[in-house]
Amino acid sequence: METLVMGAVAYDAKVVTIWDGFKQWFAANGLAFDYVLYSNYERQVEALLAGHVQVAWNSPLAWARAHRMAKARGLDVVPVAMRDTDCDLTSVVVVNASSGIEDVAGLAGRRVAVGAVDSPQATLIPLSYLRSEGLEAGRDFDVSHHQVGVGKHGDHIGGERDAARALVAGTVDAACMIDGNHLLFSAEGTLPPGSTRIIGQTPTYDHCNFTAAATAPAALVEQFRSLLLGMSYDDPEVRPLLDLEGLKAWRVGRVTGYAQLEAAVDESGFYDQEGHVAAVDYRP
Amino acid sequence: MSPPSITDLDDLGLDQGGHLLLHRAVSRAAPGQVVEVRGRAPQLRVHLAAWCRSEGHDVEMAEGPGPVAGWIRPGRATGARWHGAERSGPELAERAPTRWGLAARGATVEAGGVEFPFPLNDRAVVWTDAAPAIYRQAAAAQWDPATAVDWSAPVELDDDVEAAVIQVMTYLVENENAALAVPARFLGRIHPHFREVVAVLAVQVADEARHVEVFTRRAELRGRPLGLSTVGGQASLLTLLEEPDFAVAHFLLSVLGEGTFLHLLSFLERHAPDPVTARVCHLALADEARHVAFGMAHLAAVLEADAGLRPRLAAAIHERHDALAQTAGLNREVFDALVVLAAGSWAPAALAEGFRRVQELSAEMDEGRRRRLVKLGYHPEEAAALSSLHTRNFM
Ligand SMILES: [Fe+2]
Ligand SMILES: [Fe+2]
Repeated sequence: METLVMGAVAYDAKVVTIWDGFKQWFAANGLAFDYVLYSNYERQVEALLAGHVQVAWNSPLAWARAHRMAKARGLDVVPVAMRDTDCDLTSVVVVNASSGIEDVAGLAGRRVAVGAVDSPQATLIPLSYLRSEGLEAGRDFDVSHHQVGVGKHGDHIGGERDAARALVAGTVDAACMIDGNHLLFSAEGTLPPGSTRIIGQTPTYDHCNFTAAATAPAALVEQFRSLLLGMSYDDPEVRPLLDLEGLKAWRVGRVTGYAQLEAAVDESGFYDQEGHVAAVDYRP
Repeated sequence: MSPPSITDLDDLGLDQGGHLLLHRAVSRAAPGQVVEVRGRAPQLRVHLAAWCRSEGHDVEMAEGPGPVAGWIRPGRATGARWHGAERSGPELAERAPTRWGLAARGATVEAGGVEFPFPLNDRAVVWTDAAPAIYRQAAAAQWDPATAVDWSAPVELDDDVEAAVIQVMTYLVENENAALAVPARFLGRIHPHFREVVAVLAVQVADEARHVEVFTRRAELRGRPLGLSTVGGQASLLTLLEEPDFAVAHFLLSVLGEGTFLHLLSFLERHAPDPVTARVCHLALADEARHVAFGMAHLAAVLEADAGLRPRLAAAIHERHDALAQTAGLNREVFDALVVLAAGSWAPAALAEGFRRVQELSAEMDEGRRRRLVKLGYHPEEAAALSSLHTRNFM
């Protein structure tokens, strides 16, 4: 029986619990499935393109790189599926309510906290958004990175939380984070209620997807996708797995939500067109 | 299709508890009904979109300024967590599923929970209708060792009589330790659905802890060391602790052992040479009467459901007797101490009276055991035979 092998990045110990659970559930539903854990997305994408794994549970940045590397080799990669929570995110730029900074233009000459250098949501996309508003990082404002889990593409929430804490501490003038994390940090008290103001919000973008190499056995990938799409939150066996992975339902993968990140990667020179890592200060 | 339901958050933010209103509105929406969200919190729109994404709802955001922030179309997962959930009461289940775990009896239990190790989950095995009333009595009858006994009452005994009291107290503590350990071993295995049974046994364990305390305190009252502990006495108690079956263990401990102790404690209260000894035995006796009543009620209920248990209980008495055949039974030191205690002095005439009283006690114990066995449905002849096989160590 042929086995579908998936790569995942171990950004947290719970990743083992999650994929062991999925492995058992897939086995019970007739799919031979196994997984390999990587410590960072760069090695995972290289393994996908080398055929060590047939599917990778990719961050949006890992998708961007996989797609560039594949193209450079005349190959193709496809997004198989994604979580409902991966669709239509935004990031926000937040200032202290008492700062007197009313809009994005007010950040000129200021210091802006972002997440890890490889975080799509807390660094690459927000800096690209500010660029589109006429503010170039390093030229028009200073950037303060919060390097937690470098190589894990911002999956670890710590970088965003540290950026939020820096804002509260007054060591920066603004912080960038996912909309949902602004809600979370405000509700949990990291950001005291009412103490911050949102001065900018990016357009919507998409987050993770299961990326399949074109060389992956099509029947297995199709079985994988249809089992995922059939997982129902009604099912008490499945529900704990969905809760751990943070979704209510899987959706068919789509490529329409990655344009902002692709532009951000090009502008910042994070990867080149062939998918080589070009960012000089990036050590995954 | 129903018109949208309208939820107005006023100036409440979703980071300040506003999610409660949204959650309620969404869970009350009719199938297909849209929830219109209004509010003035400055970050409401950003947070509304994020909240809907994480909850699995679709949302259409309103354009431009105005009181309406957006429209929620509740997702398929709304309320799904409670599909297949079970009510765990309020009436007693014949068998409480281990997946109900620690849930309060009567709670609605989400499906898919883990299995808990509560092997004693059959109503027929653990339950008696007497449990709630016995628990109420037990809770009301709790006493404080510090104030229930006048520890400063005069205790001026001859050294020999004091030594006999200390030996009896030493023996009682050893037996109370067994009476504590046996229900404690079963407590964590009984399904919490049968909470009144668990509660009775929990209080019983606490009762025994107090008995251990007051008997120890009486023994140490004059600053003397405690008495002797024998191999035979401990061997007898070990057979109680090792009994794996709840009904059999409860029968051996509460019906036979504690039943026998009722006579012993009453005897000690009557013949105690000092007021402290009389008082601690009196207090323990009241608790033990309740332990025996619960044992009788439980065994009667179990026997009613399973008559086949009666020969098994009888067999357990035989097995225990055989296992202890090679041991000395009640140790000489304890027997002699009872005689001295009942005699009150070492004068020959007093010792003769003490000896006679202990013989009488023995006969009373036997009669009490036979009466309880007959009450549980044994033929009087069988009851007499079984009673005679009971451990000479009393417990
Ligand atoms: Fe006791
Ligand atoms: Fe007792």
